[in-house]
Amino acid sequence: MSTAETRTRRTPGLVPVAETLRSTERRSPEPPPRALPPERTPRAFWRLLGSELSLTFRRPRNLVMLAVLACVPAIMGVALRLVAADPEMGGIVTSVAGNSLMLTFASLSFLVVLLMPVAISMVAGDAIAGEAGTGTLRYLLAAPAGRTRLLAVKYLNAVLFSFAVTAVVALAALVTGLILFPAGPVTLLSGTTVSMAEGLLRILISVGYVGVGMAALAAIALALSTFTEVSIGAVAGTMVVVIVSQVLRAIPQFDGLADYLLPTHWPGFDAALRSPIDIDSMTQGLLTFGAYIVLFGSVAWARFSGKDITS
Amino acid sequence: MTVVTHEAGAPSGAAPPPAEAAIVTRGLTKRFRGGQVAVDSLDLAVPRGSVFGFLGPNGSGKTTTIRMLLGLVAPTAGEYALLGLPLADALPRVGALVEGPAFYPYLSGEANLRRFDAADPTAVAGTVRRRVGEALDRVGLGAAAGKRYRNYSLGMRQRLAIAAALLGPRELLVLDEPTNGLDPQGTREVRALVKEIAADGTTVFVSSHLLAEVEQMCTHAAIMSTGRLVGHGTIASLSGGQVTRVRIVTPDTADAARVLATLGLADVRAADGEVTAELGGHAPERINATLVGDGVAVRGLSVVRPSLEDVFVGLTGEGFDVDG
Repeated sequence: MSTAETRTRRTPGLVPVAETLRSTERRSPEPPPRALPPERTPRAFWRLLGSELSLTFRRPRNLVMLAVLACVPAIMGVALRLVAADPEMGGIVTSVAGNSLMLTFASLSFLVVLLMPVAISMVAGDAIAGEAGTGTLRYLLAAPAGRTRLLAVKYLNAVLFSFAVTAVVALAALVTGLILFPAGPVTLLSGTTVSMAEGLLRILISVGYVGVGMAALAAIALALSTFTEVSIGAVAGTMVVVIVSQVLRAIPQFDGLADYLLPTHWPGFDAALRSPIDIDSMTQGLLTFGAYIVLFGSVAWARFSGKDITS
Repeated sequence: MTVVTHEAGAPSGAAPPPAEAAIVTRGLTKRFRGGQVAVDSLDLAVPRGSVFGFLGPNGSGKTTTIRMLLGLVAPTAGEYALLGLPLADALPRVGALVEGPAFYPYLSGEANLRRFDAADPTAVAGTVRRRVGEALDRVGLGAAAGKRYRNYSLGMRQRLAIAAALLGPRELLVLDEPTNGLDPQGTREVRALVKEIAADGTTVFVSSHLLAEVEQMCTHAAIMSTGRLVGHGTIASLSGGQVTRVRIVTPDTADAARVLATLGLADVRAADGEVTAELGGHAPERINATLVGDGVAVRGLSVVRPSLEDVFVGLTGEGFDVDG
């Protein structure tokens, strides 16, 4: 017997290990015909994205967040309706009370500062860190989901959630507005009056713009998410980025910096409320969002594609 | 080339070529940041169709090796291949259980399996319902398919993880400590399941720190100790390094010892109420007949084969951490 060999500290690897009687008996006499390499089904990416979306939109936590976001415009609408009874109030109150569509813009500008970013970072910050924390990441990658593919699906999911959040806020505000305030032509910030149909179109443009702005935040959250196994860490980190940006924006000495910060451009959707639409300001905002998406998307990819998964 | 093990009677030409081995590693090494070497130039060849036991105490590098094989952890040095294919092509044919079950607590068992099936780019969406159902039935979770994972017991969670490893047609199953957390009944069921899967021709690579388990399930084994491979071969050849002994229970220990010595058995040891000796080439029934013929009252006679535990202690010079 080969005690000597089995005792060696390093056994050479590519050695034919002789079959035992047991394994020979058990094996079918003819080796099974080698199956062709399994084909990647073309719809595999969309199937994984579908799975991801159904996780996101069925998760109780996310649904509660969406419900809260839908409630805020309703509360704002009721409050403004009560205040509007007071003839001394002016400004935003008059413009909202004067038309049902204006509540949408008011709600977006109020929620885009903090509450929407919280919702987006909860989903995007959880994307990789959450899977790592529960250990499901190792099974997804062993399936094999593919690191780049999984990251792409996770980001796309976060982007769709960003748009969903924005749309939910806009829809909730629109419905509340139509119930509480008169419908009809809308007076814009620039003083021009447009038809209700054009007002709705401008809401759509705003939702698109804010959605992209939130997608840029999602890229930051996703990048942070690849650095930790604790999703709350990535969520909190993203919120710190948002809050620090808001603070920097408020300090006059950092004026030059403000143009490069995300929160500076989020309220930029009000360009859609001017006539003609302030294309330049919107384009600048969208370019900033794009730069964030490219930068933090690359960080996320660089980190995740080479990371040792030890969770 | 050194033949690691070679059993008498096995046709020497039947050894599979290396490319056809289910798992091959060459100099596989993992050094974690901080300099700790988890796996140290591991050379492993797992023959196709074998049930391969990957043994070692906790912390000996088994799980790190498995993580490298599955592409979760990048090796510091060395190379490896599963099923002789590039990793992305191999993984869909590999079912894996790594370091215990991990699922989404708020999803049902069935929804969890669908989730992992969706992550496999080669899985056909049209057959997912049937495959998930079959996998759940195979591990006896058919009745609990709709229950949330949160409410599963430890044993059910372990079974669900095995079901996830059986979602598609697999050529290789990598099971890291598959009986962890299972009660004796569950342990037996897993063992039976592994045998059944292996009978279909699937190679099973099973890591364990339980020697008895490997001895019962496996055809081959490798033994790890502090990141290094210390033994590698068929169970029979690994145990072959140790000597089979005959053990006689008798009140006449002195007489029995004398008879055994006369018969030519080596290393005769008499103890309280029993005598043991190396069996060598002797037939146990002849020994019994001689003993009885010489008037020794034989109350029991058994042949004690060496266990893997003896092998392990012999190879590493240390006891085994058995907590199962």
